[in-house]
Amino acid sequence: MAHATATVDMMHPPAPAERGLDVYNNKLGMWVFLASEVMFFTALIGSYIILRFGAPGPWAPPAKVLNVPVTAFNTFLLICSSVTMVKAYAAVADGETHFLRFRPFSGGLKFWMLATIIGGAMFVGVQAYEYTHLVHHGFLPSGAREGSEVAELVASGVVPAATIGLYGSTFYTMTGFHGFHVTCGVISMTYLYVTKALRGKYSRHDYRGVEVIGLYWHFVDLVWIILFTIVYLI
Amino acid sequence: MTTVAATSHVAHAHHDDRSFLRKYIFSTDHKIIGIQFLFVSLFFLLVGGLLAMQMRWQLGFPGKPMPGGGILPDTMAPGGVLLPEYYIQLVTMHGTFMVFFAIMPLLVGVYANFLIPLKIGAHDMAFPRINMASFWSALLAGLIMLAGFFVPDGAPRAGWTSYAPLSARPDLSGASYGQMLWCVSLVFLGLSSILGSLNYITTIINNRAPGMTWFRMPLSVWSLFITAILGLLALPVLSGAVIMLLFDQTIGTHFFDPVAGGQALLWQHLFWFFGHPEVYILILPAMGMVSDIISNGSRKPIFGYHSMVFAIVAIAFLGWIVWGHHMFMSGMNPTLGSSFMVSTLIIAVPSAIKTFNWMGTMWRGNLRFHVPMLNAVAFVAMFVIGGLSGIYMAATPVDMFIHDTYFIVAHLHYVLFGGSLFALFGAITYWYPKMFGKLMSEPWGKVHFWLTFVFYNLVFFPMHTLGMAGHMRRIYDPTQYDFLKPYQPLNEFISISAFALFAVQAIFALNFILSLKWGKKAPQNPWEDNGLEWSLPAPAPHGNWETVPTVYRGPYEFSSPQVPEDYLPQYRKLPTDREPARTPVAGH
Repeated sequence: MAHATATVDMMHPPAPAERGLDVYNNKLGMWVFLASEVMFFTALIGSYIILRFGAPGPWAPPAKVLNVPVTAFNTFLLICSSVTMVKAYAAVADGETHFLRFRPFSGGLKFWMLATIIGGAMFVGVQAYEYTHLVHHGFLPSGAREGSEVAELVASGVVPAATIGLYGSTFYTMTGFHGFHVTCGVISMTYLYVTKALRGKYSRHDYRGVEVIGLYWHFVDLVWIILFTIVYLI
Repeated sequence: MTTVAATSHVAHAHHDDRSFLRKYIFSTDHKIIGIQFLFVSLFFLLVGGLLAMQMRWQLGFPGKPMPGGGILPDTMAPGGVLLPEYYIQLVTMHGTFMVFFAIMPLLVGVYANFLIPLKIGAHDMAFPRINMASFWSALLAGLIMLAGFFVPDGAPRAGWTSYAPLSARPDLSGASYGQMLWCVSLVFLGLSSILGSLNYITTIINNRAPGMTWFRMPLSVWSLFITAILGLLALPVLSGAVIMLLFDQTIGTHFFDPVAGGQALLWQHLFWFFGHPEVYILILPAMGMVSDIISNGSRKPIFGYHSMVFAIVAIAFLGWIVWGHHMFMSGMNPTLGSSFMVSTLIIAVPSAIKTFNWMGTMWRGNLRFHVPMLNAVAFVAMFVIGGLSGIYMAATPVDMFIHDTYFIVAHLHYVLFGGSLFALFGAITYWYPKMFGKLMSEPWGKVHFWLTFVFYNLVFFPMHTLGMAGHMRRIYDPTQYDFLKPYQPLNEFISISAFALFAVQAIFALNFILSLKWGKKAPQNPWEDNGLEWSLPAPAPHGNWETVPTVYRGPYEFSSPQVPEDYLPQYRKLPTDREPARTPVAGH
């Protein structure tokens, strides 16, 4: 990547001739950071697997407690936001940093990045709605609230009483931390959007921020696909 | 932002117009961050030591009022006599502070920050601001941990390993807010370590000076690189575990609560899956720095450089598959125990490779017993004792007998104090001139070394005997058991030696502090060493080099026949040296 147009700040000091990977620092740093994120989610998901298989009884059928269609829609939303992220990256790599152009019709970096931010924010919004809904129906991190709808399901034997507590613990911890990661991503991307993309700091020659946040975004998306499968589907 | 950007332009100039705050407090300079870590973790080392002294009083003189114990509130020590619930807080916090806030930041926070850019020839870390965030996050974590003593119900009481369900249920341990603060603090500490590690890894991979190939890197940098990988992958597991523990305490989840279907053993697996790599985080950097110092003190190239590197890698890899050896007595499947025993015993091989290489380095060397060298040799000797006692505990049948006794206390102190801390005394003395531009006093350094070495062994060696006699690890009053009563004089002896050991650390503290002002002015290369850091004036300026040096050889070219001096720095160009091939600049 050419150096000439890059602004010099503390993050990117003028590079000495050096031996290293043919990957710039920020990108390498993000990959390394994602390795540690893998271990973090491994701790949560691994604990879930151990608790579920070592549970003192059958696990609750997801569809009886959770609203699977709503979350399926949410999953679709997050996957779409990964697509728009790729479109943003492809646009800036081609030097298309505009918002929208009508003749011929094309979206540029500013459009696709905004679409990604909105997609991510909507995901968090739907998740917040889901949580409120679940808590309202009596599904808590500690299990079923007494006298609630979920408690009735437990009493009628539809949802096993022995594992509803573990079910709540693992569900809220895993999805909650995923939601936290999406929120962080939305905030970071909004920051980059306002301070860089809107101000025209990205060009065909320097779009490192878009690429690096894109890596993070796809990672978070991937984690969600795993979580959706193991929490909502099986 | 703009001021930060502006300073980077002058980063390579020797004059420096940053404000005091930017220069010393909110600094992004890796050397200042290293020094900040140094002061903060020496403070926590002192805190951990003070806690240990109180424990030793209770063990040596159970039930007697502790001198000066009157200042403690009645909830801790009424009339100066330590309460059992205060004693277990001391045990917990001593371990926590020493592992997470003293040894780990001293090795990694201080020396990874200070040495990596200096030794590989970089102007700074790859991400200086992330580096600053790493320091402040660690300091915040330490203060949160310290706050545990001042909240209702006091500090956590479940030991530094915080075994569930004791730690998960306030009604079981008696500590409420303290235990929560323990969890919160470790989340911040984990964040600090992860941010630091990704910085070290990126910097070492991408920002090496021309000619600094992987196998020309000093072993200190190699070990810090491998340590950073361990930290990067182990700390998030701890974060995940303590977050689950925190949720168990606060929002009523049931991860570790067997009554509601959770698994107490899950905590042990998670903790030790982090905890064993952590053990190597606490020793590998020490091994690396000791390798540098021993080669320097022997005036010989390090024996078996490549095998040293591969031994570090092997130890780090094996460190991931041995965690179950902490859990032989937990009720885990004994068959699983055997496989953990085998993988643990295999670690003896790379460790022995390193030990013999250090001895091979010293063999027929032109030995210079300066203070860092003395401490480095002590490291090797103590590490051998600690390593051998480790083999006893790796063997399942033996471990069943000595599990959770003073034998393990002796073992872990032989590697952590005898190993890591001696290496740190050496490292602090060795790189002090590059940090502060002054030399620490050599005679007082030797006095400190010998007294510490003697008292240290008087404290910890008898603990093996206590452990074999069945003296439990976290026991409040050993005299309550008839079979331990005959050992009370030994306990008293250990306590008195421990007070002496603590007292002689004043020599080091005074040497350290007074040398800042009155120390002899350091020459550029006081130890006649080969590393790139010695091409800089002392103290090293902001931004390090105007132009980074070129590296022509490995770091251990001592007594080379090519030059009249007995050292040949990496940056010195001989007429026979060729310029390194300039690889294309990675897209910065």
